[in-house]
Amino acid sequence: MQVKLTVNGQRRSDDVEARLLLVHYLREMCGLRAANVGCDTTSCGACTVLLDGSSVKSCTVLTVQAAGHEVTTAEGLAPDGKLHPVQAAFRAEHGLQCGFCTPGMVMAAAGLLAENPHPTEAEVREGLEGNFCRCTGYHNIVRAVLAAAGDGDRAQVPA
Amino acid sequence: MIPAPFDYVAAGSPAHALELLERYGDDAKLLAGGHSLLPMMKLRLAAPSVLVDIGQLSELRGIRLDGDEIVIGAATPHATLAGSELVRADAPLLAHSAGLVGDPQIRHRGTIGGSLAHADPAADLPMALVALGGSVDVLGSDGTRVVAAEDFFTGFFETSLTPGELISAVRVPRAPGAAWGYQKFVRRANDWAIVGAAAIGGRIGLANMGPTPLRARAAEHALASGASPAQAAALAAEGTEPGEDIHAARDYRMHLARVLVRRALEGRT
Repeated sequence: MQVKLTVNGQRRSDDVEARLLLVHYLREMCGLRAANVGCDTTSCGACTVLLDGSSVKSCTVLTVQAAGHEVTTAEGLAPDGKLHPVQAAFRAEHGLQCGFCTPGMVMAAAGLLAENPHPTEAEVREGLEGNFCRCTGYHNIVRAVLAAAGDGDRAQVPA
Repeated sequence: MIPAPFDYVAAGSPAHALELLERYGDDAKLLAGGHSLLPMMKLRLAAPSVLVDIGQLSELRGIRLDGDEIVIGAATPHATLAGSELVRADAPLLAHSAGLVGDPQIRHRGTIGGSLAHADPAADLPMALVALGGSVDVLGSDGTRVVAAEDFFTGFFETSLTPGELISAVRVPRAPGAAWGYQKFVRRANDWAIVGAAAIGGRIGLANMGPTPLRARAAEHALASGASPAQAAALAAEGTEPGEDIHAARDYRMHLARVLVRRALEGRT
């Protein structure tokens, strides 16, 4: 069936199967490979993207459910190649090791800061509860999100 | 994991959704946030041939007051419920419960109606609704019937909903200032309760102590007769028949119920 939606600011219209999961649509039809399929069971958060600005796990959203809405992936945070403050903070604070969880972590963090621009450390840890890092990198990830929050309004997701 | 093929129809109104349910019968499933249904479909534990999407119907969203009740649209996401000033002021136990479902991403998508219709006995919101003495507005072709929370849950993942009905709203009594407590025992972030307990106004709800969310009636009776929280909590597992799984044996769950009910009665969250 035909779906119209906006991905990283670009309007798209695609013919998709009703059962096509959003993460597969983004990776295979849009060529956006930042969102990873990790657990595939709504647990690990590696597939996190923003849907109308709110973080969601794209392995548990049908593409047809996103029709008429706006999806933002990690690629969409840096449209002109300049890192988003959350991305820059992850690099500066060494908030990653293997990098598999990173796009999901960055999107969850961007969504968190959109809702709560100045979270406490506890709020960051709870806000990232839905994202697993198996390199045990949580301390630096939390540090990165707090650093990005220090950037104030620049930590917001671009419209 | 990819669900079995199905046809997708976005309902234009609650009445349209009922029409579609009537047309497709048992082959159809309602979709709102999809955070219980889609995981089951990916595991092929469910394979409906038609999904009727009611998740974007404005008639089924939002939170309002109706006399001494708060009325919550069935397709209201957990995050909206948890963040609602109205719910936080007049039914803080419910806001707290919604804020503990899954994780932030799940709370952005999952809905109260979906959680209740799924009827997982380990889930937060069914227990909260039973503890609060809430009710469910069930819309069918003959209109709306209001079902008390305890009558709504009829078995393990079973409710009193018939195939042609949908949940339109959820009602909870306003109780600003009432003392309450809430305990959810988990081993990991993001998990369902191994056992849960919610207490408010002399009522006690239990999660995962049987096939449905339950009331700890023996403990409630003791409280009403003047027992202390500790004395009442000692009776919390009476009449329950919890299951056993990799997380807990039956005796351990009964022990947890007694401990968690005591903490909930002490107002701990």
